Amino acid sequence: MGILEVKDVGKRFGGLKALSDVNLSVKENSCHAIIGPNGAGKSTLLNCLVGKLIPDTGSVMFDGQSVLGRSPHEINQMGISRVFQTPEIFADLTVFENMMIPLFAKRDGAYRLHAYESVSNERALIEEAERMLDDVNMLDKRHMHSASMSRGDKRRLEMAMCLVQNPKLLLLDEPTAGMARADTNNTIDLLKEIKAKRDITIAIIEHDMHVVFSLADRITVLAQGTPLVEDAPENIKGHPKVQEAYLGETH
Amino acid sequence: MFGLEKKDATLLLLVAALTIFAPFLLNPFPEGSAMAQFNAGYPDLMQRFVIFGIFAIGFNILFGLTGYLSFGHAAFLGVGSYAAVWMFKLLSMNVLPAILLAVVMSGLFALLIGYISLRRSGIYFSILTLAFAQMMFALAYSVLTPITGGETGLQLALSDPRILDGGTADGNLPVPGLFGLEMRDSAQLELGAWVFTFNIGYYFCAIVMLLAFYLAIRIFRSPFGMMLRAIKSNQQRLNYTGLNPKPYTLAAFVISGMYAGLAGALMASMDPLAGAERMFWTASGEVVLMTILGGVGTLIGPVLGAGAIKYMENIISKINSDILHGWFAFLPDGLEDFIVAVIYPFIGKGWHLTLGLIFMAVVIFLPGGLVEGGQRIARAFRRKKPDTPKSAKTEPAE
Repeated sequence: MGILEVKDVGKRFGGLKALSDVNLSVKENSCHAIIGPNGAGKSTLLNCLVGKLIPDTGSVMFDGQSVLGRSPHEINQMGISRVFQTPEIFADLTVFENMMIPLFAKRDGAYRLHAYESVSNERALIEEAERMLDDVNMLDKRHMHSASMSRGDKRRLEMAMCLVQNPKLLLLDEPTAGMARADTNNTIDLLKEIKAKRDITIAIIEHDMHVVFSLADRITVLAQGTPLVEDAPENIKGHPKVQEAYLGETH
Repeated sequence: MFGLEKKDATLLLLVAALTIFAPFLLNPFPEGSAMAQFNAGYPDLMQRFVIFGIFAIGFNILFGLTGYLSFGHAAFLGVGSYAAVWMFKLLSMNVLPAILLAVVMSGLFALLIGYISLRRSGIYFSILTLAFAQMMFALAYSVLTPITGGETGLQLALSDPRILDGGTADGNLPVPGLFGLEMRDSAQLELGAWVFTFNIGYYFCAIVMLLAFYLAIRIFRSPFGMMLRAIKSNQQRLNYTGLNPKPYTLAAFVISGMYAGLAGALMASMDPLAGAERMFWTASGEVVLMTILGGVGTLIGPVLGAGAIKYMENIISKINSDILHGWFAFLPDGLEDFIVAVIYPFIGKGWHLTLGLIFMAVVIFLPGGLVEGGQRIARAFRRKKPDTPKSAKTEPAE
């Protein structure tokens, strides 16, 4: 039984069948990659996991609880953090403030309105934020306006914002999309380090095969809304069905 | 100090000093001189400065932090005024219960209107708030006449019960006060050609404004304030960070509505009548202008904006063509008439034109409002003295 269990999930948009009969089991503390050609339904599947979309059929269980019908903030409070394809950060806030918000959310839950306390008195949380920024080599940028950072830095900040919440499951939606090779390798190293240091489950959607094969313990290949194969990376590489569906279409 | 960072405490003390010495600062010209009409240090106008300052500070908590642009905040100002006058009529001329009821009532109205309006964002939110405010204006003007006094407005009457005060002995209408201090009482100080007026009502409003300002600083620096700025910045990320933006925005809406109610109650305390025109949409628009002119999302900006607009409304509108002719009398006749003709559209009833031009200039050249203007001037001065250590980094907006 994995930490994330997707059973018979189907989703239609009008006449378009985006997902059908998706079954997926992500084991605890593993890194599970979902790959597939454009339009395979990867993002739709991800959106079904985080509460942005509700599947028409099937069930999604996380840590023994159903996520269906819960809103994104409730699902985050269950322990799922999501990194977006284009970094979603609080661009008008400083790097440090970006880190504080997930920490407050983690400690106080979705609602607490502490309007009369001062952010600068939260010593414990500030230290935690600084430790995390140090981990991703961004401590020197803590006073920077996050809008003015490079895309690679924004990505690292977003990752740090997710990790500082200590999620049980980290969902990555093409974390290296549009990155230069050097940045991609940095991201891979960062993720490897996270995997080694923490008890964390990672589910990753990725186009870049280099990233997938460096990180994943299991790979699911999605084509036309259905899982084609699920196997270890070394078996996926040479799998004839995968080559046909995946490489055959994109090349 | 006061649980504030040094920078904020300095700002608070500065504002406190300015409000305490306002009767001097706003009356720089001797009485009877040609420039005396630019003096703003008379009670009525000073009261308006601080009351609209409170209104704008509260509005800025909603608009400046969350980015939700309400176009109906005058409705809460009106609710506050009506509630305060009713308290004067029914309970006592003491201003404290009036202010209390006004803040509670406007908070309740804000809760209801905010709950519905905040289901939408952007322009739809603005339109919903505008619709509510205009609805309330229309109701106050017509159907609700028994409660609001309709066209004539809600006024005190000798026959009012005033349970705690009892009847008035001399047959005059009572005036609002605070434990024996009458709001309209003033002391005058004559120093040479200068006359300074110290009005109890003004100082009462000033103290309330300083409290309101202090509270606003606390909110700005709190985790709550940070969440509100996060809402303005990226709601999607906030959702996926485990926070629900709705209760935060609603709380901001209610707080700013209560600030507006407080301002309305103070208006009624200075002059105990309330009319529906206080809820008219132009009044809602005015507070938007004040906030933008001063600096959206800054602490001191709304107060500056409120002061600037109220100053122009009361001072520039008083200048007429005779005064202009007086100023330019030293010029040859033809030139004098020409210059007066050029300036005339900008003064008197044309003060809106002046305001509009200044507003346009600020929005185009100083998107951060008067506060940004001040910061630029300060930075220019600092650059001349490169040995000051602060010049290296730019401070975030106050």
